Amino acid sequence: MAETGRLRQTATAPLIGPVALVRTAIVLALLALWEFLAHSGWLYRDVVPSLLSIARALARLLSQPDYYYNLGVTAGEIGMALLIGGGAGLLVGLVLGGNRFLSKAFEPYLYYLGPTPKIIFLPIAIMWFGVEAPSKIALGTFSCFFPVALNVAAGMRQIDRVLIRVGQSFRASTLQMVVKIYLPAMRHPIINGVRLGFGFALIGVLLAETRLSNKGVGFVIMQADSTFDMPSMYAMLIVLFVLAIGANALIGRLGGIDTIKRS
Amino acid sequence: MSQAASRTSIAASAPRATGLMTLLVALLLTELLIQAGLINRFIVPPPSEVAKAFYRIVAQEHVFRRFLSTAAECFAAGVMLTLAGVSAGLLMQRFTLLQRAVETWVASIAAAPLVIMYPLFLVIFGRNALTIIMMGFISGLPPAILKTIEGISATRKVLINVGRSFNLTATQQFWKILFPAALPTIFVGVRLGLVFALINVVGTEFLISYGGLGALIADLAERYDLAGTYAAICFVILVSVLFFLALEKIERWLRPVD
Repeated sequence: MAETGRLRQTATAPLIGPVALVRTAIVLALLALWEFLAHSGWLYRDVVPSLLSIARALARLLSQPDYYYNLGVTAGEIGMALLIGGGAGLLVGLVLGGNRFLSKAFEPYLYYLGPTPKIIFLPIAIMWFGVEAPSKIALGTFSCFFPVALNVAAGMRQIDRVLIRVGQSFRASTLQMVVKIYLPAMRHPIINGVRLGFGFALIGVLLAETRLSNKGVGFVIMQADSTFDMPSMYAMLIVLFVLAIGANALIGRLGGIDTIKRS
Repeated sequence: MSQAASRTSIAASAPRATGLMTLLVALLLTELLIQAGLINRFIVPPPSEVAKAFYRIVAQEHVFRRFLSTAAECFAAGVMLTLAGVSAGLLMQRFTLLQRAVETWVASIAAAPLVIMYPLFLVIFGRNALTIIMMGFISGLPPAILKTIEGISATRKVLINVGRSFNLTATQQFWKILFPAALPTIFVGVRLGLVFALINVVGTEFLISYGGLGALIADLAERYDLAGTYAAICFVILVSVLFFLALEKIERWLRPVD
């Protein structure tokens, strides 16, 4: 780290910090650049719509009851996916983390399947579960299973041996060991797994919706796409990103960890 | 000694054999259940048919050309994200104020579902390889930036002091001390970026039905070629896994022995 930056920072104690100042400057510069591009006529019309039209589209979007319905549909699908996939992941992770042999036998498969693109399984999901919500839930479930399972397994192996020995010397039963030693000690990896799993479930569900659906946020985005309604598309992406980043930070905050940096 | 060595190698390979056996037994069981009519073969094709379809898609669907186009898109995205990500990371690392202002933004963007921007990119760049490359590029950018910052910041104090005691100029200090020391961590970032790029390149190909391997799956599914679809999915998984393995090999080779 450059030390000069730190020195300067302690020397001045202005009303707003230099960081906030830089941030404001960057945001303003970007917005000005955007507005300039929108009016320059260099790009195809509407590819970069003016900020005013985006703001208008955002207001329109947020005052539509329909949009909240679609948001609810997608949120429900993600919730189900996280419940099923996360639950299965937790179970598999606990088993693999607790048993060396099983971990060596099966974890490589999970490890290498984990980062493969999941959306390509959509044709299979549709074949098995139909074109309605269940196929979206299935894809989300499949996407979020891997990070949760791998994180829980790794977390289980990283538990401090001392804690386990303390439990044993208190003659804790298996249930007590799980509730009082294992789960509290694994809180961070579990929360981190759920946070990653949420992101993957979100992507799985949304992409499945954009490919084939008649409701949900992905469907609405594709509608805006097919009518070339660019301001609406930007507005929807903004809402989506704010919600996703917010949820991600919230899950991290619940776990009490500085999570964002760790990903 | 050789006996003991062979015994330990057998003991070491027992779990791996178990995993493989489980996989084979599961495939065999699926085959039997389908042949017995307990699983609908129009939903799950028998593994033997999928294996046969492998040959068919290789022979008829230009798999090699598709593989090359996916690989080329990944390569282009990889070069772009390495250049842009590493230089952005270096820039932020150089100007502390900039880093403190922007680093959390980059981290937040990394957590956002960037791939959902593909309809937007479709409008901006058109339905062509550029859209696919750009999707791969932006999704791999955040890890490359973050790991570059992390790598330079974590340079050992001793190394920096060595540079100081040799009276190196700032440029020399950077090229001879900081950058080489950070290289392994930077490569971790580039590797993660490439993994994300591959996922998004294949995913976008599938979603917009254009280009290489991802589009092949979409094509076959649309033709209701069930065995072919399953075979193509297996093929893509295989290619991705080989890709990850190769990246890990390179990373291990780059990592200094300590």
